[in-house]
Amino acid sequence: MSARTRPITTTEGTRPFAFSEAALAECRALMARYPEGRSKSALIPILHIAQAENDGWLSVNAMDAVAGVLGLQRIEVYEVASFYSMFNLHPVGTYVLDVCRTTPCMLRGSDDVIAHLERKLGVHCGGTTADGMFTLKGVECLGSCGTAPMLQCGAHYHEDLTIERADALIDELRARNSRTNYTDR
Amino acid sequence: MGRQLLFEHINTPGIRGLEGYRANGGYRSVEKALRTMSPEAVVEEVKASGLRGRGGAGFPTGMKWSFLAKPPGVPRYLVVNADESEPGTFKDRYLMERIPHILIEGMITSSFALGANTSYIYIRGEYFYVARILEQAIAEARAAGWLGRNILGSGFDHEIHVQVGAGAYICGEETALLESLEGKRGNPRIKPPFPAVKGLYGCPTVVNNVETIAAVVPIVNDGGAEYAKIGVGRSTGTKLISAGGNIKRPGVYEIELGLSCDEFINSDEYCGGVDGRAFKAVVPGGSSVPIVPYELFLRTAAGEPRLMSYESLADGGFVSGTMLGSGGFYAYNDAQCIVRSTWNHTRFYHHESCGQCSPCREGTGWMEKVLERLEHGEGRTEDIDLLWDIQRKIEGNTICPLGDAAAWPVASAIRHFREEFEYHVRFPQKVKDPKHFAKEPFVRNANFATA
Amino acid sequence: MPKVTIDGIPIEVPEGTTILQAARMIGERDKAHRHVVPPAMCYYTKLETSGGYCRTCIVKVTKGSDKDPRPMPKPVASCRTAVMDGMEVANTTDPELLEARKGVVEFLLINHPLDCPVCDQAGECHLQDLSYENGKAASRYEFERRTFEPVDIGDSIKLHMNRCILCYRCVKVADQLTDGRVHGVINRGDVSEISTYISQAVENDMSGNMIDVCPVGALTDRTFRFSSRVWFTNPVDAHRECGTCAGKAVLWLKGNEVLRVTGRKDQWGEVEDFICNTCRFDKKDLNAWKVEGPRKIDRHSVIGQGHYMLQRKQQLLNAPAPNVPEIAKRKELKDR
Ligand SMILES: Cc1cc2nc3c(=O)[nH]c(=O)nc-3n(C[C@H](O)[C@H](O)[C@H](O)COP(=O)(O)O)c2cc1C
Ligand code: SF4
Ligand code: SF4
Ligand code: FES
Ligand code: FES
Repeated sequence: MSARTRPITTTEGTRPFAFSEAALAECRALMARYPEGRSKSALIPILHIAQAENDGWLSVNAMDAVAGVLGLQRIEVYEVASFYSMFNLHPVGTYVLDVCRTTPCMLRGSDDVIAHLERKLGVHCGGTTADGMFTLKGVECLGSCGTAPMLQCGAHYHEDLTIERADALIDELRARNSRTNYTDR
Repeated sequence: MGRQLLFEHINTPGIRGLEGYRANGGYRSVEKALRTMSPEAVVEEVKASGLRGRGGAGFPTGMKWSFLAKPPGVPRYLVVNADESEPGTFKDRYLMERIPHILIEGMITSSFALGANTSYIYIRGEYFYVARILEQAIAEARAAGWLGRNILGSGFDHEIHVQVGAGAYICGEETALLESLEGKRGNPRIKPPFPAVKGLYGCPTVVNNVETIAAVVPIVNDGGAEYAKIGVGRSTGTKLISAGGNIKRPGVYEIELGLSCDEFINSDEYCGGVDGRAFKAVVPGGSSVPIVPYELFLRTAAGEPRLMSYESLADGGFVSGTMLGSGGFYAYNDAQCIVRSTWNHTRFYHHESCGQCSPCREGTGWMEKVLERLEHGEGRTEDIDLLWDIQRKIEGNTICPLGDAAAWPVASAIRHFREEFEYHVRFPQKVKDPKHFAKEPFVRNANFATA
Repeated sequence: MPKVTIDGIPIEVPEGTTILQAARMIGERDKAHRHVVPPAMCYYTKLETSGGYCRTCIVKVTKGSDKDPRPMPKPVASCRTAVMDGMEVANTTDPELLEARKGVVEFLLINHPLDCPVCDQAGECHLQDLSYENGKAASRYEFERRTFEPVDIGDSIKLHMNRCILCYRCVKVADQLTDGRVHGVINRGDVSEISTYISQAVENDMSGNMIDVCPVGALTDRTFRFSSRVWFTNPVDAHRECGTCAGKAVLWLKGNEVLRVTGRKDQWGEVEDFICNTCRFDKKDLNAWKVEGPRKIDRHSVIGQGHYMLQRKQQLLNAPAPNVPEIAKRKELKDR
């Protein structure tokens, strides 16, 4: 299984973090959705925003900022951030490729796609390419089994993958070189 | 083709927007319910329809609704389960993406019946783009007066919010979902109390699947009795089946419950048969339900033709039957290895166990390791019995049904395909190649006995 | 009052009593019936919402109630299931259930380091008791166990995550007894672990109670003067005037030296009164206390049995053999 580890406290982890004004406004709007005293409900959506504002991962400072916005104990944020697999507690590449590896995808050839991507990118699932461009992540069923094999990159699903299409996608992303986030519109 | 209640307009251009949806009869159920019916009357229609939960467990929806506690002065909530993470299941995404308004409409009508002024759609985080589609639809509905205060002058107020998750299968379990919606870890709650008494924020709550709530629309429009005419026995109405695996025509199909399994898997209207080889096994209702050999999917142990219904698929219990589950259907051809697939299933449950209770937390990982060893030709005959014993000790001894869901695929694989497990022990060299059965399909008894 | 029958022994209990509590009442009423009490590794009477996690306390409800006599389909957690009038429960009389419980114990042990020879908790560890009473002959787990480095959480508490069984008791203590919980469970599944926020110290008046509620040696007292086996120490009940807690504690003495201060545990291994950190960590001086007399240990435990079965237990668990000279020495001391 993908290694989930404690957050890092090294230099990378202590890089400063501050929400942008736009993000703060979004956080406040989210918090207003819930009944009085229940703003903790906004924790997961706000963590998504923080992750998007912190190069695709949650540093200690980013999580602390979330705790500050919501008025929570920091451990409450940490408990939640480490539970959910879409939150990265370590730096990731410009693109995170979430490749589905669950049985229905496997039946339609996901093993081959994953093996190909591993070879092509020179990393195992969970790893990031040396140039910091791609993080390859093996994930569980993304609800796209009829169009398998598939991968998710940011908010986008790339379906009916073949080796050729995977290659084309990698080339295209590399050429574009701009970060994708789950929260992209 | 059977009757299409949810998908009737799925291919109608513009159906995703409010205008197109309304032009094709959308929001009639809200008008009918709020203008001409009492909340109790709506609940009665749902009861009369025989509708059963489409999220997997198949619990009668009308009954669930009538259990909702109604203490005075306490808000009630409807929470729609759009977590859709059961491997093989992708029907809710398809529906929400194409006809988001049918869900919104169903939620307003259902909330009116339940007396809920706020409802939430909890959608898995990976479906962020679908959440945007839903938010857009909600905004349209609000602008048109279908949401907000005093809807249609009825005095009924309603707001809908979309909440995204962040990657955790367990948040599909209804109490884990509520925890997650409260901003916590997705740890299932210990029941009782049930959500109908103490759910979201400690208030009475109904949790229903996307498809269940969408089905309320035709039920209210045409009457529960009309809906109940479709289907067989206690399996009434239509069901969305998301079909995948080694079939010719993967996709989401709306079927009338009671359709013959043979027709579903082989006719060109649905799955279109096998993708070039021979069928070997079927998982008809998402990865948690027992896997059955193709023959047992077509016919029950007694030789009766099997039907796509809750009862018929379960015929024979766990010995020879399976379950309709969530409708996440996938089929295996003879190139596939059951041991590899079971290993994959178990890796999934190991990865997704929340870790609260010891049998599931520790047992799923143990099974995965044993299966990995077997699949790579490093196992022993005793491993098969060990697996059987581990799954037996998980099943029934956990807080939530994820433990059972992890146990059943292992149990059914060993029950029906034990010889394949033994083959992996006997011929470690042959299984070193991950595609071992693609080159030389496993034939029961034959190549095993002679080799 | 509802009447419940456990392993054929009836008792009337107040409305809302759980099966586990009813069984304990039976055990308190007549010591000879103590065997009907299911083992409980995560439930703790004084901690709200505790229980339900470990599954060691499972029992079979063979009859739901007089009103609805149907049996319950699956074993239930006795600590979280309320009795109904006329309910009948099988615990030790049901071989299938005992087998299921053995399974639970095996699950709890597969990732446990079995480092009892070097563990501070040895001798008062509930997992030791549990595996002794309900364990299997040998572990069938042949894979690498998950491991964590021990960490200090503040000056007073040490965490050996390897030994943790994720009972959540310490989390409930922090939630319910202290103002602002700073530690909790992070990650998911079998890589879940107890963690503070970036090793922040757990420091407030009542945090030391986490040590007492921990059923295993995962949370231990860093101020325990020198690592001494508990059965070498002499526990006495003592009290002192304290503004924060009731000041009723057990002093673990060696000669006149106070090696450790803990809460007073009842026969079910639960503390009677939580004590504050001042009493626990800062009053290691006999003069600070009024000694009431020797602590009566009434618990069915390895200390209570008067002879330590470590060697036997280790064989049972198929663990690496413990340090033999150490055992020999211990035996010698014990026999004196
Ligand atoms: C581990 C687990 C995962 C589940 N996942 C889902 C899911 O993704 N979607 C869903 O609708 N129900 C899921 N369920 C079922 C829900 O707990 C619940 O029964 C359902 O949402 C009720 O709605 P229904 O009665 O309309 O089916 C899951 C249950 C379990 C135990
Ligand atoms: S059965 Fe598994 S997922 Fe469910 S509560 Fe227990 S550990 Fe969590
Ligand atoms: S550290 Fe101890 S008290 Fe805390 S969860 Fe682990 S075993 Fe339980
Ligand atoms: S298994 Fe890959 S999307 Fe479902
Ligand atoms: S004591 Fe009941 S489940 Fe742990």
